[in-house]
Amino acid sequence: MTNSTIHPFLQVEHLARAYPSPTGGDAVTVFDHVNFRIHKGEFVCVTGHSGCGKSTILNILAGLDTASAGNVFMDGREVAGPSLDRGVIFQSHALMPWLSVLENVAFAVKSRWPSWNKHKVHDHAMRYIELVGLKGAEHKKPSQLSGGMKQRVGIARAFSIEPKMLLMDEPFGALDALTRGVIQEELLKICAETQQTVFMITHDVDEAILLSDKIMLMSNGPHARIAEIVNNTLPRPRERSAIHREPHYYPIRNHLVDFLVSRSKQFGALRDAPDAPSSPTVFDPADLVEPAASAEPETLHTPPVGKPHIHLVNA
Amino acid sequence: MKTRLSLGQKSALLSLALFGVILLVWQLATLPAAPTVAAGVDPEYAALMGGGTSNAASSFPTPAAMAQTVWEKLSDPFYDNGPNDKGIGIQLAYSMARVLAGFFMAAAVAIPLGFAIGNSRMVYQAIDPYVQVLKPISPLAWMPLALYTIKDASASSIFVIFICSLWPMLINTAHGVANVRKDWLDVSRTLEVNPLRLAFRVILPAAAPTILTGMRISMGIAWLVIVAAEMLVGGTGIGYFVWNEWNNLSLTNVLFAILMIGVVGMALDSIFGVLGKRVAYQE
Ligand SMILES: Nc1ncnc2c1ncn2[C@@H]1O[C@H](COP(=O)(O)OP(=O)(O)OP(=O)(O)O)[C@@H](O)[C@H]1O
Ligand SMILES: [Mg+2]
Repeated sequence: MTNSTIHPFLQVEHLARAYPSPTGGDAVTVFDHVNFRIHKGEFVCVTGHSGCGKSTILNILAGLDTASAGNVFMDGREVAGPSLDRGVIFQSHALMPWLSVLENVAFAVKSRWPSWNKHKVHDHAMRYIELVGLKGAEHKKPSQLSGGMKQRVGIARAFSIEPKMLLMDEPFGALDALTRGVIQEELLKICAETQQTVFMITHDVDEAILLSDKIMLMSNGPHARIAEIVNNTLPRPRERSAIHREPHYYPIRNHLVDFLVSRSKQFGALRDAPDAPSSPTVFDPADLVEPAASAEPETLHTPPVGKPHIHLVNA
Repeated sequence: MKTRLSLGQKSALLSLALFGVILLVWQLATLPAAPTVAAGVDPEYAALMGGGTSNAASSFPTPAAMAQTVWEKLSDPFYDNGPNDKGIGIQLAYSMARVLAGFFMAAAVAIPLGFAIGNSRMVYQAIDPYVQVLKPISPLAWMPLALYTIKDASASSIFVIFICSLWPMLINTAHGVANVRKDWLDVSRTLEVNPLRLAFRVILPAAAPTILTGMRISMGIAWLVIVAAEMLVGGTGIGYFVWNEWNNLSLTNVLFAILMIGVVGMALDSIFGVLGKRVAYQE
């Protein structure tokens, strides 16, 4: 952990994105001064209000979009365009409807290892199809699958190319709660097995708590920022049915909900000083419950003053 | 009893009934004008007896005479007794060969060009004015120019078919390629798919239904145009056959040719219908 702090796997520096104004005036800056780091094997969730620029950030990380300013480094090299090193799971699953489940995954595998023969591609693809529990449905077309099954194919496809990092944009947003829960647990299992580094956008506070190591909270745009970072200290392995019994669960949950309901708006003050440097405050529930124990290296920033009380009361 | 018939059976029955009505009206309309003339009398004799006023009605074949002609022509479709007397199969084969030659040449130009146009806004804007001007020109208007430059009647009709098949395929290919869902392109970009693989494995299957619709429209137009083109240049083909039989004043043969044009056109269209189903996908 200490070693990776010095050389973070993914480093985002002063990222900004502006769009031309629809009315022809000054360009609209959706977000600016976005800084964060992701370590190898870390699962990071991002949440914030609709339109603050989460998808835009993800697309820039994927190389599908370009920033107006700032840099993204992965593994010491600057990100300039899409790459097989970063797998993307799209909200709309983006399966090719004329290909079967197997062919969809095999298409990705063949792209990753063009020299592999048919047999090897097939076996590799099947391994990941089994991993997401779709064995037996491999010859079906996407139109014959349920929403949850389609999303699983998307997961199998993204994992099958064994990317260094996985980017997910609200992957389960379109699913019903029950299916979502099942797939979340599968994802949890696969990520634990593969030590996958993940950047995931979600609107679901409970999903973020279940899956992540770190939750980044974005303020509202324009001039949105990463306003706060919450260290998710819940012990692993986690289970959906049991995590609410963890002592840190409610402090974290209340902190997140509070942010989304009220604090995200207060950061609008930043708009008046758009060039002010931004350093997100870090919230670590460990500081509340057992202040002496386990000071994480990230906890260099001062925790928000006065907030612990609010949360203890709410808890 | 009636309620147990399936939808298909009901429509088949209605179709048959309609056919019966058509035959009946046809029969009544071609009845000899003079009631004194007995049925089954030679049509030419009937025309003579009817005099000038009912001439048109009586030289029109009766359903029975028509059926007999159809039977005779179809039982020997490939005979060849010189330039003005060939079997219907030979005439249709000439027309079909011209249509297919012109059509496939057009496809060979339109589909790659459509890909280029659909892929690039710049190319699209550069080519669009030409397409807009050339598209509304009646393909037959090209005929004098083709005859002058190519100096061959058959090749000129192929050229006319080429021109008229070009536009629907070009426009549909460009439209299909330009509207490939961004998600699929994004997936391919993150998988670093090379351009050739992207074109054949992603864009082509994604745009195939639209492209095939364009091909189907082109084929329909080509089959319409070939009849007119062959009437104009003469020599061989179903269009020439129609014109020749009109000069012979053989309405029976003209009617027969019209029927054949319809049947072949339907067959061509249904081939593309089947192909279209093969490449269709459900999102
Ligand atoms: N092509 C574009 N032109 C102009 N503005 C755009 C364009 N694409 C996105 N935006 C703006 O950028 C902002 C951020 O969009 P983005 O899709 O990243 O939001 P988001 O945080 O992912 O929202 P959601 O949670 O609803 O998915 C929005 O306010 C949107 O209006
Ligand atoms: Mg979004």
